[in-house]
Amino acid sequence: MSLKYPLLAITLTSLSITSTFTLAETAEEKGRNIMIEMDKRDTGWQDMQAGMQMILRNAQGEESVREIRMKSLEQENDGDKSLTIFDEPKDVKGTAFLSFSHVDKDDDQWLYLPALGRVKRISSSNKSGPFMGSEFSYEDMGSFEIDKYSYNFIKEEPCGNLTCLVVESFPKDKKSGYTRRISWVDNSEYRMQKLDFYDRKNSLLKTLSFEGYQQYAGQFWRADKLKMQNHQNGKSTELVWSGYQFKSGLDDADFNKNALKRAR
Amino acid sequence: MSERFFKTLLHRPLLTVLAMLALIVFAAMGAQKLVFKSDYRVFFGPENPQLQAFEAMQKVYTKSDNVAFVIAPKDQVIFSPDHLAAIQKITTESWQVPYSTRVDSVTNYQYSHAEEDDLLVEDLVSDPQSMDAAELQAALKIAVEDPLLQKRLISPSAHVAVVNVTLQLPGVNPVEEVPAVASKVRAIRDQIVAEHPDLDVMLSGVVMMNTSFAEASINDSSTLVPLMFLVVAVTIGLMLRTVTGTISSVVIILTTIAATMGLAGWMGFYLTGPSAAAPTVILTLAVADCIHILATLFYEMRHGVEKRKALLDSLKINLQPVFLTSATTAIGFLAMNFSDSPPFRDLGNMVAMGVMIAFVLSITLFPALLMLLPLQVKQKQEEDSDMMLALSGFVIRNRRILLPAMTAILIVISLFVPRNELNDDSVKYFDQRVEFRQATDFMQDNLSGMATIELSLDSGVSSGINSPEFLQTVEDFSNWLRTQPETEHVNTITDIIKRLNKNMHGDDPSYYKLPDSQELAAQYLLLYEMSLPYGLDLNNQLNVDKSSTRIIGTFKNLTNNEQIDVENRIAAWFAQHAPQYQLTMASPTLMFAHIGQRNIISMVSGTLVALLLISLLLGFALRSVRFGLISLLPNLLPAGVAFGIWGLSVGQIGLGLSVVASMTLGIVVDDTVHFLSKYLYARRNRNATSEQAVQYAFGSVGRALWVTTFVLVCGFMVLAQSTFKVNAEMGLMTAITILIALIVDFLFLPPLLMKLDNEKNITSTDHSAQGAAHVS
Repeated sequence: MSLKYPLLAITLTSLSITSTFTLAETAEEKGRNIMIEMDKRDTGWQDMQAGMQMILRNAQGEESVREIRMKSLEQENDGDKSLTIFDEPKDVKGTAFLSFSHVDKDDDQWLYLPALGRVKRISSSNKSGPFMGSEFSYEDMGSFEIDKYSYNFIKEEPCGNLTCLVVESFPKDKKSGYTRRISWVDNSEYRMQKLDFYDRKNSLLKTLSFEGYQQYAGQFWRADKLKMQNHQNGKSTELVWSGYQFKSGLDDADFNKNALKRAR
Repeated sequence: MSERFFKTLLHRPLLTVLAMLALIVFAAMGAQKLVFKSDYRVFFGPENPQLQAFEAMQKVYTKSDNVAFVIAPKDQVIFSPDHLAAIQKITTESWQVPYSTRVDSVTNYQYSHAEEDDLLVEDLVSDPQSMDAAELQAALKIAVEDPLLQKRLISPSAHVAVVNVTLQLPGVNPVEEVPAVASKVRAIRDQIVAEHPDLDVMLSGVVMMNTSFAEASINDSSTLVPLMFLVVAVTIGLMLRTVTGTISSVVIILTTIAATMGLAGWMGFYLTGPSAAAPTVILTLAVADCIHILATLFYEMRHGVEKRKALLDSLKINLQPVFLTSATTAIGFLAMNFSDSPPFRDLGNMVAMGVMIAFVLSITLFPALLMLLPLQVKQKQEEDSDMMLALSGFVIRNRRILLPAMTAILIVISLFVPRNELNDDSVKYFDQRVEFRQATDFMQDNLSGMATIELSLDSGVSSGINSPEFLQTVEDFSNWLRTQPETEHVNTITDIIKRLNKNMHGDDPSYYKLPDSQELAAQYLLLYEMSLPYGLDLNNQLNVDKSSTRIIGTFKNLTNNEQIDVENRIAAWFAQHAPQYQLTMASPTLMFAHIGQRNIISMVSGTLVALLLISLLLGFALRSVRFGLISLLPNLLPAGVAFGIWGLSVGQIGLGLSVVASMTLGIVVDDTVHFLSKYLYARRNRNATSEQAVQYAFGSVGRALWVTTFVLVCGFMVLAQSTFKVNAEMGLMTAITILIALIVDFLFLPPLLMKLDNEKNITSTDHSAQGAAHVS
C-alpha cells in the first residue's frame, strides 16, 4: 500500500498522530489507563497456584536455591489474599506465610513456624526488605493494586519483537524502597516485559525482566522466568515458575490461620 | 663535544630559551590528565593478599565503605525529642547520599518485640516529638542495652550518637564518586547544625578518610609549595646575593615541576597522598643543581672572567658532578619501585624523572637565561672560608678524640633503631588539624574507633549457619572476643537470633539464648527478614547460601604488631575450638597492619640494590675501590642514626618512613662525592698529606655543602609541615638524615680518612676527580 499510494500512507499517519492529540489525555491519565487495562486483562482468574524456584547469585558467583509454592485468591474490592509455603531450604520446610494485601492500610500478615508449632502475626509496615535474602523485596512479590501508585506515561518504543508502552509509577507508600518504577508493557497483550526500579535517591537499583510468557485458562499470561538484576551490588535472583493452575476452586477457608498450619 | 654543545647553546640564548620553553609547555599540557585518586585502596597493589581477601569478602557480603555522622549534643543528652528528631532527619536525608545502600541509626533501628502472639518489628524511634519522658527513658534503655547498638550507634552513657551510612561505590570514577558523597554529607551536616545549633555534628568513616587524602594534598600544595618557593628564593638570594640568579633558579624549578607533572600526566600516573608530595621534593632537589652552577659562575666572574666564558667554565666543571649527583639521587628514588605500595613507586618515579629533567634544564635553559639577563657581581670577600678553615683546623687538631667519640655516638644512637615499632594507622595518616582526624578521635574516645577486623566463618554446607553447633561456635567466639582487652564492639548474628528467640516466647528473658534446633533458627531468620525495611536486611551478615556469616570486631586503636597479635589470637581460637569451619579475616585495618612490614622487607632489598648501584657509580667516579668502600660508611650511617633518633623520640614507623632510607641514600651520597673527590684531588694532584687534603676539601666544598644541605633541610622541613602525616614524617626524617649526613661528612669522615689514609701519599696521574673540582 505504502508503495502504491505513498500520499495515502502519509495522510493516514498524520491522521493517527492528530487523533492522539485530539484525545487530549494527559500523560498521567494515559499511564494510569494502561495499568488499568493491564490489571483488567488479568482480572477474573479467581484463584491461582504455582510452584517457584528461586535462584540467588552473588557478585562472587555463588549460587543458592530456594523452593516455594504460592496460592492466591482474587478479591473484588481489596488486595488479594495469598499463601506462601516454603519447601527449600530443608530447615524452613513447612513454614507458611499468609498475607491479606490492602490498598489503604498495612497488610495483615501471619507466619506459621512448624519448629515452634505456632502461628505468629507479624505487625510491620515494612515491605521493602528482601524476600528470603533475594533481590526481590516483599513489595515486589506482593499483589499489584492500581491505587498504590500514581502514574506517568513516557513513550512508546519497540521491545524485542513487540511494541511497549513505557509507564512510570510512583509508589504512594512512604516506606517504599523506591522513588519510582518504570514498566515496559507490550501493547498487544498488556504483559509486563521489563521493570526498572529506582531507589530512594532515584538511582537505578534493579531491573526485572520477564521471559517465556504463556497463556493459561485461555486468558491469563504468566512468565516462566523472572530475572532480577541488582545494578548496585552485582547480585541477581531468578524466579522459575512451574505448574500454574487457575480456577481450581480455592476459597476463603484456604486462606486463614488454620489453613496456615495445614499448608505443608 | 660538550664544550661545543654549550657554546652553541650560549651563542643563541634566546633561541635556546624559546625551544626549551616550547618543549616544557608541551610536556606540561599532560598535567590536565593528572587526577587525584581519593581511595585508601591505592596504597595496596592488586597483588596484595590482604586486599584480595578483603575484596573477595566484600563481594560475598556487602561493601563496608561508610560515612559516620557523629552527633554530640552540647547538653550531652541524645534521648530528647529535639535531638532524636535531628538524628531521624539525618537518617532520612542520608538515603539521598549518592551510592548509599543502608543507613543505621538509633531511630531507624529495627526493634523487635512481642505483644501476645504478635511479633512487632518497628523503628525504635518513629515519632520523637510526641514522646514523653517515660517513652524516651524506655527507648534509651533499649538502645544502650542492645549489644548491636551499644558503642556502635550510641555511647554507653547515651551522650553521643552515630548515624552510619553504608555506601556501594561503583569504583568506576573515583575522582568524582568520593567528592560527590563528601559534598552531600557535608550539606546534610550543615543543614542540621543550622537547624540545631546545640548539636555538634562531625563526619568520620572510610569515605571521609578517602576524601581527606585529596583535600590534605590540595591544602598542602596551596600552602607548602609557595612556602617552599619563598625558602628557595630567600636562601639563594641571601647566600649568593643575586637577583638574576634567584629569578633564573625559580624559573628552572617551576619549569622542572611543570614538565615533570605534565609528563606524569601523559604517562598515565595518578596522584595520591604520597605522590602529591613530588613537586615539593623535586623543588628541593632541583635547587642544588642551580646552586652549584651559580657558585662556580660567580667564583669565576669575581676573578675577572667575562660572563660567557665564566658560564662555559662553570658548565664544563659542573657537568660531571651535577650529572653524578642527579643520577645517584634518581637511583635512590627509583629504588622506591621495590615498595609494596604503589603511591611510593609513583613518588619515586616522578621524583627521579624530575631530578633528571632538572639536570637537563639546569645545563640548557638555566645558562641561556643567565646569558640573557643582566648579571652583576660585586667584589666581595668570602667570610665563610675563614669559618671553614677554622672548622677544618678544629677537626684536624681533634681527630684523635673525634674519631672514637663520633664512632661511639653514632653507634650508640644507631642501637636505638630496634626501638621503632611498626604502626600504620590510616587514621593517624592525618594530623589533628584535619577535620576527619578530629571526628575520628572524638568517635574513638566516646564510642569506638575505626580499627576493625571482619571475619567470615564458613560452615561448608548450605544453610549451615542455622545449625546449633555452628551458632554455638559463633556465640562462644563472640563472647570470647568481647573479653579481649582490645575489643570495643562485636557485631554478630547470634545477638539477633537470641533476641528473636526471646520475642517468640513472649519476650521472656529466660529465652534470650540460642534456639536448640536448626529449624527454629532458620524459621526465626526467615520471619525476621520478611519484616525488615529496605536496606536494613541481613545480607551484610549472611551470604546468599546461608552457609557463612560475617562477624565484625571493632577494636581500640592498636599498633600493627598488636593488630597482628589479635589476628593471630583469633586464628588460634578457631584452630583450637572450631577447626572444622573455614575462617577468613580481612579489613582495611589488617591491610594497613601488614603493609608496613611488607613494605619494609621489600624496601630493604630496594635500598640494597640502590646502595650497590650507587657504590659502583661512586667507585667508578672516584676511580678507587678503597675509597668506594670507605664512602659506604658516611652514606649508610646517617639513615641508621636518624632511625635511632626516631626510635628514641617517636618510636613509631609507618609506611612513609619505610622508604626514607633508600630515598635519602641518593641525596646524602652527594655530600660524600663532593668531599671525597676534593680530598682525592688534593692527595693525587697536589701531593698533599692526608691533613692537607682534608683542609683543602673543607676549603673548596665546605661552603657549598652546607648551603645545599641548608636548602635541602629547609625544603624537607617544609614538607614536614604537611597535614598528611605520611608526607610530614617522610619530610622530617629526610631532613634529619641529611643534616646528620653533613655532620658525619664534617666530623667523622675526615678523621676516618686521616686514620685510614695516613701512611703514604697517593701519587696518581688520573684526573678523574678534577671534574668535580669547583665552587667557592
